[in-house]
Amino acid sequence: MERDLPNTAPRPDGELETLKRAWAVPRGFRLVTAVNNQVIGILYIGAALLFFILAGILALIMRTQLAVPENDLVSQDFYNQIFTMHGTTMMFLFAVPVVEALGVMLLPQMLAARDLPFPRLSAFAIWAYIIGGLVFFSTVFYDLAPKGGWFMYPPLTLKEYSPGDNADFWLLGIGFIEISAIAGAIEIVVGTLRTRPPGMSLVRMPIFAWAMLIFAAMIMIAFPAVILGTMLLEIERSFGWPFFTAEKGGDPLLWQHLFWFFGHPEVYIIFLPAAGLVSMMVPTMARHPLVGYRLIVVALIATGFFSFGLWVHHMFTTGIPSLSLGFFSAASMAVAVPSGIQVFSWIATMAAGRPRFRITTPSLFILGFLFIFTVGGVTGVMVALVPVDFQVHDTYFVVAHFHYVLIGGMVFPLFATFYYWTPMVSRNMLSETLGRWVFWLMFVGFNVSFFPMHITGLLGMPRRVWTYPEGLGWETLNMISTVGAYVLAAGVALFVFDLFRRFRPTFADSVDNPWGAGTLEWLPTDTYSTRSIPYVKSREPLWDQPELAREVEEGRHFLPGAPTGGRETIVTSPIDARPQYVIRMPGPGWMPLLAAVGMAGFFLLLTVKLVVPAVLSGIVMIVACFIWAWKLDHGPEIPSVEIGAGVRLPTYMAGPLSHAWWAMVVLIIVASSLYIAYVFSYLYLWVVSPEVWPAAAGVPGLPEEAWPVSAGVLVVAGSALVSAAGRLLPRPGRGARAFALLLGLGAISFLAALICEGLSHWQTGLRPTDSAYGAMVYMASFLNLQVIAACTILALYAIARYFAGKLDTERRVNFDNAALLYYYAAMQMLLGLVLLHGFPPLAS
Amino acid sequence: MRPGTMQSVAMRPWRLVGGGLPAACCLRWSCAALFSSLLAAGCSGPQSALSPSGVEALHIDPLFWTATWTGVLVTLMIVVLVAVALYGPPPWRAWLGRDWIVIGGGIVLPILVLTGLFVYALLVMQAGALRSAQAGEDTITVTVTGKRWWWEVTYATPQGEPIVSANEIRLPVGRPVRLLLESDNVIHSFWAPQIAGKLDMIPGRTNEVVLEATEPGVSRGQCAEYCGGPHALMSFFVIAMPEEDYAAWLAREAEPGAEPDTPQAAHGQEVFFENGCGACHRIGGTPAQGVIGPDLTHVGSRHSLAAATLPNDAEAFARWITDNQHIKPDNLMPPFRQLSAPDLAALAAYLDGLE
Repeated sequence: MERDLPNTAPRPDGELETLKRAWAVPRGFRLVTAVNNQVIGILYIGAALLFFILAGILALIMRTQLAVPENDLVSQDFYNQIFTMHGTTMMFLFAVPVVEALGVMLLPQMLAARDLPFPRLSAFAIWAYIIGGLVFFSTVFYDLAPKGGWFMYPPLTLKEYSPGDNADFWLLGIGFIEISAIAGAIEIVVGTLRTRPPGMSLVRMPIFAWAMLIFAAMIMIAFPAVILGTMLLEIERSFGWPFFTAEKGGDPLLWQHLFWFFGHPEVYIIFLPAAGLVSMMVPTMARHPLVGYRLIVVALIATGFFSFGLWVHHMFTTGIPSLSLGFFSAASMAVAVPSGIQVFSWIATMAAGRPRFRITTPSLFILGFLFIFTVGGVTGVMVALVPVDFQVHDTYFVVAHFHYVLIGGMVFPLFATFYYWTPMVSRNMLSETLGRWVFWLMFVGFNVSFFPMHITGLLGMPRRVWTYPEGLGWETLNMISTVGAYVLAAGVALFVFDLFRRFRPTFADSVDNPWGAGTLEWLPTDTYSTRSIPYVKSREPLWDQPELAREVEEGRHFLPGAPTGGRETIVTSPIDARPQYVIRMPGPGWMPLLAAVGMAGFFLLLTVKLVVPAVLSGIVMIVACFIWAWKLDHGPEIPSVEIGAGVRLPTYMAGPLSHAWWAMVVLIIVASSLYIAYVFSYLYLWVVSPEVWPAAAGVPGLPEEAWPVSAGVLVVAGSALVSAAGRLLPRPGRGARAFALLLGLGAISFLAALICEGLSHWQTGLRPTDSAYGAMVYMASFLNLQVIAACTILALYAIARYFAGKLDTERRVNFDNAALLYYYAAMQMLLGLVLLHGFPPLAS
Repeated sequence: MRPGTMQSVAMRPWRLVGGGLPAACCLRWSCAALFSSLLAAGCSGPQSALSPSGVEALHIDPLFWTATWTGVLVTLMIVVLVAVALYGPPPWRAWLGRDWIVIGGGIVLPILVLTGLFVYALLVMQAGALRSAQAGEDTITVTVTGKRWWWEVTYATPQGEPIVSANEIRLPVGRPVRLLLESDNVIHSFWAPQIAGKLDMIPGRTNEVVLEATEPGVSRGQCAEYCGGPHALMSFFVIAMPEEDYAAWLAREAEPGAEPDTPQAAHGQEVFFENGCGACHRIGGTPAQGVIGPDLTHVGSRHSLAAATLPNDAEAFARWITDNQHIKPDNLMPPFRQLSAPDLAALAAYLDGLE
């Protein structure tokens, strides 16, 4: 038995000490420089929980206001602000972040990886989120909070109807969460696909990892739509480019399409990881593997897929033709099938319990979730029926429906998660006795609060009203809802009390697998995660290999120490998890924090129109990123290390195998989603208002053909120069000035193409404020400018690395990433030229 | 002179309801069975989608109840299955704990149920679309424009002359009415739950819906799309009336505003012009031709003031003129606090007399 293990020899003296030293958590005030997933994971979850409570308090204020008719507890204006803040905070500052936080916290533990692949990126995203979120939320205290609803429909949110900075703060707050969500997606995709333990092929991956992988993929496709939307809205607000103004050929519905193309998948972005967590907890409480594991994986993928086909069900009442209504109605109902698969799989697993499914506090929350989520699913089918939606859309029926789905589908599993996984990071478990009180208060409070809202809505009460007259039959129902809301809040308060009493974070002395679970996060851990990284043979290794915990702790499995002396983990192949190389990871540092502060300063100061300090702040961010990145690329200074079983792995990797290459590909997918959303918007506005496109009377004609041809030639030449520069990279220790020259020329060529394209339209007399067409034309250049600016920074950085002697044929990740992004930029720009210059003649 | 009986019964509809439960609700035993503890609130109400009195709403109603009962059954089934999974005898649990239950319950069952519901919903939807397409010569066309935060309603005389009113929709029972829904500002949504589902009013577009009231009566509607500020106070009344009453009402509505018939009202008219009210409001047959605020030609005969926020009497007019920013915060009319008490009373009397 022992002989099968990767490391049979006694462990050398000092190995454990080196490992501990490498992963030591900074003490005192330096704790803020920590980047390890366990430390920042707790910080991340704590911050999200804070926003949950803050937004919950806003909900209580709203419920109190609505308890009786014609109440004047709060003013109309304040109510409009707090319902906007409640929705925005719950969706953007609580739900998405807490799910990502759980990914940061749990994924490396479930995969027995020492950390996520880009620890400093996580730290940066978290600090940006905390700073941005707190500033955004604080606007509610000085009457600056947005009041356009969390969906921010123009024209209401345009300058004319929403003067002041309130709406800009919304756009700012969302900007932060967009950035941290995408940083999180990069971490999670690369983390789940590349840092699994040896032997954990995709079919042995915990369901939560599957759910997070799909979550990240959905973020990559869905978030860019709202990023584009927020850019368009802010540009129209600030500079008057008429994307959403009907008189100039824009269309308010464009915003709704972009927003809901993000907004509906958003619901599943929140729900899928929660369902993944349930699929982890149910088998433990049943002491039986998940029934229908493969079907659940298929269901998760199907949910992700369908979720992009139903955004229009938020727009059934906008007057869309009935054929489209039918299509989107069918898609909205189809998404119930994968949810059904999961529900029945959980029931089957419970039934298979040995000897019976155990009723613990997490189990109670899961059972509560099953009931509430089923009701939410049923009402979801009802609102997917177009004629029913005509009645209940934008009423309290829908408020009830989506709280059943979101609180039932996400908050209850989240509380189950808190009770279930707290022992993993705390000296004490949370109280099972108080836990039952928390559950029953929350469950009863929730249903008492939200069930009556179905009826209130059917009796005609619309959403987003700050008061209502008496005599419409709504009084009793509203009073009951308010009472229920306070009971629910009491449950949450009791939970927080228990948290303060019992939660004592620790890395080494956590409770030892109290539930008898089968997955790797319950191995004994310290700041470095597990002492050695196990070889995995099944889905529940702790059930199937009873000696595993001891073997891992004795360093009998892979990478039992820190052979390079620093932080490292094993990178494996994406499908069957064969070890490929050892990634050397950075430790604590001030730069992620400084970069986050710089970014927060940049956006905040820009929102209040302090341009010069904003620019200075932005420079701080870029400099901090440079300093942070400068030390990342170690190069192959230590060629290879032994990880056990006679396997020697390189410590450096460039090209398609490297994690940096994968991260850049994820970023490029995000950028292309954004551009596809732009192309959709361009064509959409043409369909709505062909009268402002060229060839119509009074619209400037297209530029002469020589212009786009020149721009195209410059793009192709730039790509060729970048590619040639790659071939001229010097061997280690040699110089080759031609590299820097060619890369520099390539960068200039791309910039020239950008200017050429912008000028070509300017000289025809077209201006972005003229019409939706003009706005769209210059928006293409704006999007190109963003990518080219990033490329240029990367190219300058690569040139600087070259002159510092840190870039050569082997140590080439910096150049490879710059080149990848340039090739993407070339494709985007060429597609843009074809669209902007080729489409209008075809269309006219 | 107050108008006919139907209107006087409905003069204060917000006071009428909330008392006894109308018969329609008692009939709805299904509602009672399901929500017995909550029945105190009742299913009816002037704005309830559960007491339909229009063709559209009557089509939706049985679909809604079918879906509701299907949902209740599904939820009960899940509850029973979970109970069996937790506490059932071992053979039952063994029967439940297999792969086939996932396929049968998670795939086959939902596909069957959902397909049935979907087809039914399509049929209801097609019926509505068909009615719009078939709307013919006997269809009346009314344009409703969403304003901040009230409703402009434009009818036409039989000769095609526009008649502008506000904040209430009159429907002749049994005749289809085509509503053209528009907005020249932000997005609103037109919703009269007893008559039909809602449809948005979007700048740059005209949405169309064909309505038909099936019985005379007064119901209430409200803006359903958040439109900023006092969105909560943007409501209206729907008055379905027998066809001959409708014709008579329309003829009256086409006439110019009533001349003041008391000295006080005559003074009120002077106050109206001295204070520039005519810059925003129109009163047919007078120099007041403003188009920013609601047309006041027959304001005294309407069911409410300020988009169903206040009752319609002289006292309410006076309150509105001086205190409108408190009654309906951020509405676009400035408060006229400078008016002396007699001037205010006279102005209110004049406006109340515009029937």
